[in-house]
Amino acid sequence: MNLKTLVWREIWERPSAMLTSTLAILLGVTALVAIRHVTVFSEREVGQQLQSLGANVLVLPKNSTLQDYYSADLTEQTLPESHVASILLANLPGVERLSPKLCVSTKVGDRDVTLTGILPQTEFQAKAVWQTVTLFSNKHEGCKKAACGPKTYDAAPETLASQRTIDQLKGNEAVIGADVADFSGLKPGKSLTLLGEKLQVLAVLPRTGTIDDSRVFAHLHTVQRLTNSGEVVNAIEVMGCCEDAAGKLVPSLAELLPDAKVVTISQVVSTQVGINRLMSQMSLLVLGILVVVGGASVASTISSNVRERRREVGTLMALGATPSLVARMFLLKAWLLGIVGAVSGCVLGLIVAKVLGSQWAGVSVKPLPGLMGIAIVAALAVTTLAALWPARSAAKLDPCSCFQEV
Amino acid sequence: MHASRVRHERLNMFQLHEVTKVYRRREQEVVAFKACSLAITQGEYVAVVGPSGSGKTTLLSILGGMLSPDCGQVLFDGESLYDLPIAERTKRRRERIGFVFQTFNLVPYLTALENVQVPLFLNDVANAEQEERAMALLGQVGLGNRLDHKPSELSTGQQQRVALARTLANNPSVILADEPTGNLDPDSREAVLAMFDQFVREGRTIVMVTHDPAAALRATRRLTLRDGEVQEAMIRHAA
Ligand SMILES: Nc1ncnc2c1ncn2[C@@H]1O[C@H](COP(=O)(O)OP(=O)(O)OP(=O)(O)O)[C@@H](O)[C@H]1O
Ligand SMILES: [Mg+2]
Repeated sequence: MNLKTLVWREIWERPSAMLTSTLAILLGVTALVAIRHVTVFSEREVGQQLQSLGANVLVLPKNSTLQDYYSADLTEQTLPESHVASILLANLPGVERLSPKLCVSTKVGDRDVTLTGILPQTEFQAKAVWQTVTLFSNKHEGCKKAACGPKTYDAAPETLASQRTIDQLKGNEAVIGADVADFSGLKPGKSLTLLGEKLQVLAVLPRTGTIDDSRVFAHLHTVQRLTNSGEVVNAIEVMGCCEDAAGKLVPSLAELLPDAKVVTISQVVSTQVGINRLMSQMSLLVLGILVVVGGASVASTISSNVRERRREVGTLMALGATPSLVARMFLLKAWLLGIVGAVSGCVLGLIVAKVLGSQWAGVSVKPLPGLMGIAIVAALAVTTLAALWPARSAAKLDPCSCFQEV
Repeated sequence: MHASRVRHERLNMFQLHEVTKVYRRREQEVVAFKACSLAITQGEYVAVVGPSGSGKTTLLSILGGMLSPDCGQVLFDGESLYDLPIAERTKRRRERIGFVFQTFNLVPYLTALENVQVPLFLNDVANAEQEERAMALLGQVGLGNRLDHKPSELSTGQQQRVALARTLANNPSVILADEPTGNLDPDSREAVLAMFDQFVREGRTIVMVTHDPAAALRATRRLTLRDGEVQEAMIRHAA
């Protein structure tokens, strides 16, 4: 027999008496853990998107949506390729690289892939030299990014995955995404036939977890020729030297290309960022509810428990229990209640986050031990604080109540 | 002081000087207990009698260190009980005083064995020893086969025997009993009184509140209370 078994026995004598307050703690922790998990992973996803697209500005056909761009479904709307030259000639401050793209759906074997035409960076250099434009030397004022040295344009083709541009790509070459390589078994050096043309695989891109994994990249002019689409593109990605530049580029690009739609990546993810901010605020609200409702519920449960056990407490005191032991007895009870509520709340919250995260926010949620630790500590702090006053009143009970008859 | 102890050969267990306990409720004062001078020596078997509301329970509470009087001094084994801090007072009670209640006051959610273990646990006795001693005590009161029964699963007489085993667990030098036989059948009543006789024979002290004249007769001394005041009656010194 020790304090723990005493408290434990008392709880199991009538567990239903603790149900309401345990449930209050449990639901509070569940909501907190679920919302925070979804928010954290959703924020990470946004961060990844931002990183993978860099400080980009997108130039899109007027009527296409960002959703089209993301799903690589841009075959309906096009822009003239001459816009690329216009941007080059305008020599806008902060522009670092350009990447025009033309996407078509096709098949490799019996699988759907997106064939994406891109323009290698060496050809911009050629154009620039021919047109005597100092290529992309125009840094905007106060750019925090260190000025780059002279470009050599011989980076490995795999950098396409991270940099979104490729330095060299010949007309009969293709770079394939990781998924395409997986299902077709293609390796660098082998050849594949697309739209009736034989292309040689130059490289396989490292897996990115995005739509890029199921793309086949080829030279823009090859794709234009194979699809008979003329000198058009679906989108021009403009890489700014930094986040700062991207924002300033939008108005100048919009002025330069009035028939196109110019958006920044931060605009693309802004709704998601807004939802995340809302969820963050909501988790604060839930924390407040946990503190108020959970705390009040624990306080009332423990108070009424103290009231109905007055004679028992008096008897224990007559047998030699000190007031501090009596107080600890009720604190420990509240604490056990808090632990049960918090731990089961964590488990339930994680399940809810996994289900709702993938259904509503499209993110896959993994357990965050630190977050769950904080939730448990918070719940325990709330229960302990809430039980402090009733425990004190138990310690002050009159031991003479042991002589009262029932 | 030491000389007088030797001369009397019996130590004063309790000494009350000018003790008064007054309850004030709605501008009405009730003198619940009052004693100019009262001594209870070691080995005495004191029966406290008197009508309802005369202050018998109040006296027991004061002796047990659970109710501080409004004025006066209560010495327990030479120490002024109410000048001790509350934790120390609780410790004296835990180590030296056993209580017996009219309604037994067993902890309802604990088994017989665990109930007897409670005072041992409060005295920081190790778990294995707690169980061993509790089993032995329950064996002594004839409940060796009821260890895992909860109070609600025991008869009234059995409950009081568990309570007695609990009282004896810490080997107290004093028993304070409030109508210990009030709720019992004749056989159980006799068992309790026989155990009290044995306790006194071992040189220990009992203060027993009782409404039962036959039980009062077995005591060696009788204190009659009337409206909170002590009226010493018949003194029959024990051998
Ligand atoms: N907590 C209290 N508040 C106010 N008055 C009290 C309190 N406890 C006892 N009293 C009063 O003190 C007096 C003595 O009470 P006590 O309980 O000692 O009587 P008793 O002799 O034990 O009676 P009984 O034989 O009925 O148990 C009574 O008049 C009672 O009303
Ligand atoms: Mg009484």
